[in-house]
Amino acid sequence: MLKLEGGFIANLGRVYGLYTLGFLAFVILMAILEASGVSNKVIGWLFVAFTVAIYALIGILSRTMESSQYYVAGREVPAVYNGMATAADWMSGASFIAMAGGIYLNGYPYMAFLVGWTGGYVLVASLIAPYLRKFGCYTVPDFIGTRYGGNIARLCAVIILVVASFTYVTAQINGTGTVAARALQIPFEVGVWIGLAGILFCSMLGGMRAVTWTQVAQYIVLIIAYLIPVFWMSNKLGYGLIPHFAQFDAVSRVQELESLLGVKELLPTAEAQAEAGKLAALKVGINDASASAMASWKFFTLVLCMMAGTASLPHVLMRYFTTSSVSAARQSVGWSLLFICLLYLTAPALATFTKLSLLDPNVATSIIGKSISEVTSLDWIKQWSNVGFLKVVDGNGDGILQINEFFMRGDIVVLATPEMAGLPYVISGLVAAGGLAAAMSTADGLLLAIANALSHDLYYKIIDPKADTKTRLIVARVLLVLIGAAGAFVASLKLTSILGAVAWAFCFANSGLFFPLILGVWWKRANRAGAVAGMIGGFGAGAWYLYMVQFAGMAPWLGIDGLRFGMIGMPVSLILMIVVSLMTEEPDAETQKMVDEIRIPKGKTILGAEH
Amino acid sequence: MASKEENHWAKTKSLTITVLVIWAIISFVIHWFGESLNSDSFPGAYFMAGMGSQVAFAALVFWFASRQTSIDKEFGLEDE
Repeated sequence: MLKLEGGFIANLGRVYGLYTLGFLAFVILMAILEASGVSNKVIGWLFVAFTVAIYALIGILSRTMESSQYYVAGREVPAVYNGMATAADWMSGASFIAMAGGIYLNGYPYMAFLVGWTGGYVLVASLIAPYLRKFGCYTVPDFIGTRYGGNIARLCAVIILVVASFTYVTAQINGTGTVAARALQIPFEVGVWIGLAGILFCSMLGGMRAVTWTQVAQYIVLIIAYLIPVFWMSNKLGYGLIPHFAQFDAVSRVQELESLLGVKELLPTAEAQAEAGKLAALKVGINDASASAMASWKFFTLVLCMMAGTASLPHVLMRYFTTSSVSAARQSVGWSLLFICLLYLTAPALATFTKLSLLDPNVATSIIGKSISEVTSLDWIKQWSNVGFLKVVDGNGDGILQINEFFMRGDIVVLATPEMAGLPYVISGLVAAGGLAAAMSTADGLLLAIANALSHDLYYKIIDPKADTKTRLIVARVLLVLIGAAGAFVASLKLTSILGAVAWAFCFANSGLFFPLILGVWWKRANRAGAVAGMIGGFGAGAWYLYMVQFAGMAPWLGIDGLRFGMIGMPVSLILMIVVSLMTEEPDAETQKMVDEIRIPKGKTILGAEH
Repeated sequence: MASKEENHWAKTKSLTITVLVIWAIISFVIHWFGESLNSDSFPGAYFMAGMGSQVAFAALVFWFASRQTSIDKEFGLEDE
């Protein structure tokens, strides 16, 4: 790949087309092996080993010692492929593993994540990405540091980036550990370190260039793995060929079943819930939309926080630095969203069809209403109970399983669906490979965002501006390994669930970076003092509020809980930034001219190709 | 008289505002009234959150990208 560089970009369609066919052939080969009696454990190992080996190979082939290749993949990634890479970068273990389960257990309010995590890209396209591309920065703090000037602004941006991305990467490494542990049947702690090794292989030698081309490969694996089981289920249940259109009839059927089975009336008894611990029973309707102002407000605040977070998370924004032009960056946002939607449109369908296959008494795989002894002798129930993902508690002692007696972790909606619906094990292996791809690709992007900010902005721009390229790239790699190891260490402590940590990352990012980024482009009057006040104040207020609500037992204000603390951080950041900017001197003529130039696609980038 | 850069920026700004207004309607206004989208025959709230809004966002971004490119071209400020 290194030698074929020109040829490689020109032949992307062929390369990834062959790769996709090769992957499908591998899946078929696994199906044949399964049919000829190879054990599930071997198939799980082969899936993980084969896919991770391919990612590592791409990572090694894409090694580079040029800074523009290492930081921005040489700015030659075509819009469509950057869209795929962004989609993989974006869709984390949370999207792949936890999203459908969240919709299953929490119903409509949870779908705010779907709206927020897609609509945020409208902000990325219209307010930020094309302007940062014109700017020509390597990292997000690079923009803040140059636009506002001075090491303090740059340092604030670096700190916020590190906190937000590190919170997020911990959740991803946790995700790789969970999937690796399941598929390979090894302890979680070992899975975490194996996952990290795979992640580092992809990113260490080639930086952004290697991550870009592995992320495209990972997107292909994860989307195939997500779609196949859903299509299979929709057809098996007889709702239609395309699950996305078939799901609405299924929703009506689920609503009938909800009243039949008493989903909202039959709540778990206190003793049963105590026995089930953190596992949850189904307690809400599938489509109980916001009926009160408070419900609407909670939906609104979650959507807003996730959107603003999307538009300020550095590992997403930096993907658009790799396109060949400003207009390609805009196009690429559209492609990203399209590829993301392929999965996000499928998640509710998966949740709904899973619900049907468990609840509908007319379906052979249903468990509600069957006898407890029959249910607990099912293979998948035994398997997932053993690892603590689900629990059957006969609360009223009648020997029949009611809706309030079946407890589960949301994650099993994706991970156990193939077994639940009675699909062959090869599909489980495929889903494991997909979950691993999703978590690894996001972890790659995040680790790179952190390491690049520390090596480029902290080390090169602040500590040692005379460092030569070779030293800088070695520092970047050493940091990558150290941060990865720190992330794996924190992940192995299992502090938060996957999704809690993800929502925090979005709120950290939007509290500290959203307004300094946007106003940097859209308000010429914004100056250094304002930006620094906005970053410190917004981030500080958000972090303080999270601490008070989550750990110090303060009652949330107006329903703004730990998932939504950006609602506190963002307004503080905006107000401080405006007030302090207006109270201090306006930016010098040179800075104002720079802002004018960012706004025009034509012409050279503000920062040189190598800087 | 305003320079072509200023005119370009004025048009860019009004396009951006249009995009943001449409975005706010799809993101917030519709979902605020989630309950009233549901009818006996169709789960409208579920549809909008699970599919409608997302598809509309994607269409909006592609539309914005092509509109902005033609504005750039109109003033001879395109980058390619």
